[in-house]
Amino acid sequence: MARTKVLTFTEKGIYCPASDFYIDPWRPVDRALITHGHADHARSGMGSYLATHAALPVMRHRLGDIRAEGIAFGETRRIGGADVSFHPAGHVPGSAQIRVALGGEVWVVSGDYKLVDDGFSEPFAPVKCDHFITESTFGLPVFRWMPQRDVAGQINSWWASCAAAGKTAFLGAYALGKAQRLLSMLDPEIGPILTHGAVEATNAVLRKQGLSLPATIHANDEVDPKQHPGAIVVSPPSALGSKWARRFGPQESAFASGWMALRGVRRRRAGDRGFVISDHADWSGLLSAITETGAENIYVTHGYTDVFTRYLNENGWQAQVIPTQFEGEPPESGDAE
Amino acid sequence: MKRFATLFNTIDQSTKTNVKVAALAEYFGDATDADRLWTIALFSGRRPKRAVTTTRLREWAAEVAGIPLWLFEDSYAVVGDLAETIALVLPPNPSGDDRSLTHWITELRGLADLSEPERKAFVLAAWEALGGTERFLFNKLITGGFRVGISQKLMTRALARATGKPETELAHRLMGNWHPDDTTWHALIEAADASADASRPYPFYLAYALEEGPEGLGDTGAWRAEWKWDGIRGQLILRDGDYYVWSRGEELMTDRFPELARAIDHMPSGTVLDGELLVWLPGAAAPASFNALQARIGRKTVPKKLLAEAPVVLHAYDLLEWQGTDIRHRPFAERRALLEAACADLPADAPIRLSPQIPFHSWDALAAQRSAAREAQAEGLMLKRADSPYLAGRKKGDWWKWKLDPLTIDAVMIYAQSGSGRRANLFTDFTFAVWNGNELVPFTKAYSGLTDAEFRQITAWVRKNTLERFGPVRKVTPHHVFEIAFEGIQPSPRHKSGVALRFPRIKRWRQDKPLQEANTLDDLNEMLRQYG
Repeated sequence: MARTKVLTFTEKGIYCPASDFYIDPWRPVDRALITHGHADHARSGMGSYLATHAALPVMRHRLGDIRAEGIAFGETRRIGGADVSFHPAGHVPGSAQIRVALGGEVWVVSGDYKLVDDGFSEPFAPVKCDHFITESTFGLPVFRWMPQRDVAGQINSWWASCAAAGKTAFLGAYALGKAQRLLSMLDPEIGPILTHGAVEATNAVLRKQGLSLPATIHANDEVDPKQHPGAIVVSPPSALGSKWARRFGPQESAFASGWMALRGVRRRRAGDRGFVISDHADWSGLLSAITETGAENIYVTHGYTDVFTRYLNENGWQAQVIPTQFEGEPPESGDAE
Repeated sequence: MKRFATLFNTIDQSTKTNVKVAALAEYFGDATDADRLWTIALFSGRRPKRAVTTTRLREWAAEVAGIPLWLFEDSYAVVGDLAETIALVLPPNPSGDDRSLTHWITELRGLADLSEPERKAFVLAAWEALGGTERFLFNKLITGGFRVGISQKLMTRALARATGKPETELAHRLMGNWHPDDTTWHALIEAADASADASRPYPFYLAYALEEGPEGLGDTGAWRAEWKWDGIRGQLILRDGDYYVWSRGEELMTDRFPELARAIDHMPSGTVLDGELLVWLPGAAAPASFNALQARIGRKTVPKKLLAEAPVVLHAYDLLEWQGTDIRHRPFAERRALLEAACADLPADAPIRLSPQIPFHSWDALAAQRSAAREAQAEGLMLKRADSPYLAGRKKGDWWKWKLDPLTIDAVMIYAQSGSGRRANLFTDFTFAVWNGNELVPFTKAYSGLTDAEFRQITAWVRKNTLERFGPVRKVTPHHVFEIAFEGIQPSPRHKSGVALRFPRIKRWRQDKPLQEANTLDDLNEMLRQYG
């Protein structure tokens, strides 16, 4: 007997026909379940939104006045005939994998995820399932992340050397999630921590929901750079080298992204330093996440999909590429994550 | 290797010239003679003889990493650098090894005498001993190609700072055919007689492009004009009864141009000429196209038939050494007068010819001459100040190339492929088509010409508009029109369109232009008729 699939892949996004909802759709639909607040997963124009309580403030900040409802991690909700629950994805605060159980079959949409505990987002929790929908942004064996404390050590010693040389250290990272993770890794003993307006706006949202961040100074026009010698400034990549940045005088710039693992991309950035750190899983992270789900059927949505899918198929999984409009970690971490 | 790795990282991480030069100068000041000699060699494209094939390196790396070979190859395609790919896929290792650069090079040279299992054991042990940048550099010692943004100019500046010797002298010492196996730091940099090697060329003087018209150059009387040929820049050295031909890329090409041997019959020993290597058939009014020359460049030894079909002649435009004396400091007009005198009695079949100067009395008159360059098979004009010395490297002010505007055509992007290395995560390699009726016919690929911001924008678009995938290539919705610039056009039966372009690149993204208004195959064929 042919059965309708629990989840299908449509022009508008990942769809549950039995219960008529979409997960992270890219076109307007009535009912959207959202894994996390980044622009390629949470888009405007949906009739209603369902996301974790911790993901909602950022979504409201980005999307404005939306009809949205929060759900706790682990809480099960019956939608149509399906049991739906949200489980930590470890990508950014509030980010979730969405589990959909229907007629004895379990599907999990993982959105974006990482296995490393960043001490900041709810740590990734594997969810047993039959069908697992995964990203593969860094799905090549050349991507291997160092422990976070080692990267923190690199960043802090770079900052300290800038400070010693009388330079301001500019650290570029995506304003929503990555920037705050980096802030939490900085050693405030080295000097003052300043932020660009876009970063500070997200800081305010996350602080309000109870996340702990070091003290920061919003580097607006009234701030006199001379008053903050030895400072680090955390800003979106697009602001590095801008007129706003130049008024700080002598400076070095660095960029933090998983892409910095590749020397060619580091050189293209033309900054002084590149730090390898990502909110996406590396090669071994992807493989262990997939293994831990116990799923046999894997759907690869974005990243190095062809290569990753072939590898999975050669190693005993039933894997296929699903074209979507998710973007993973964009080349310059400028637009979405 | 740690000291060398620190130097490499400092240079590689910085975009600032003064930081790079300072780091190099410090290194040249305190590294051992053997290490600094090898560092100069590596940064100028010399490397130890390859002891292990890259095929074996790939197999061993995949084996140690525990991944299938195809996955290694696919990763390499993204990373764009074999040494780096290997360093990244191997298990991480914080290195404690402190053996020197020269130690590793010596060991690698010893591999030639070992059996393959012994070589493999050595390489695997090295991978295990070395971590991070050092492992990458070890791989580079085998695969070659340290592209680290250190030009010869920066290296000589750093050496000058470290040794107190003038940059021009050092630049000359570093030219030519030396290899660390046959020389020492002392002999190369410090010894009194640097010109003992008869084949040693002078550094080439390179011109900047004149972006706007020449009016800003002032009085026409101070300037000389000549054709800018579309050949290969070459330096012909006649010393001690022998001849040597160097390319601008400092490659010794003597064996590829045996016809130039007869130059010895026509010019005295102790002569060095700067000129253009061109295929020029006897009696022809203009040189053959670059395509004809290309057939010659590819061959290390030249069959008789090809020699007859595509004879190469050096068109000399400058004289650097005369009667054994370096005359580069003398004004161009004087060097040129000597050159003209030396070429005055050359018979028609000599392999050297004088590249003519183009007389002119006003910039307007010269502009009219320039517009005829394509008919003369030239790329445009060279402008040289009459009183200019022959400098080393690319310098602004005295020499300018005033090229013809390129040919252009508006084309539709139909395939996209992601780049590698610097552009690993962007779609940068595009195939373009023109209209033939209702069909789009591909006619060229082009890679460069867009800004990184534009590449990011087009990358996002390609992801959302992929129609089909063929491995790394994506067929995309025909939608975007680009203006393609190129230097020349030739008939080509190998291409579906029947034409091949020279130096195609993207001039700009015509977001203003609707798809239907891109050019047609007829337009291309008309260009072929006119300029082919």
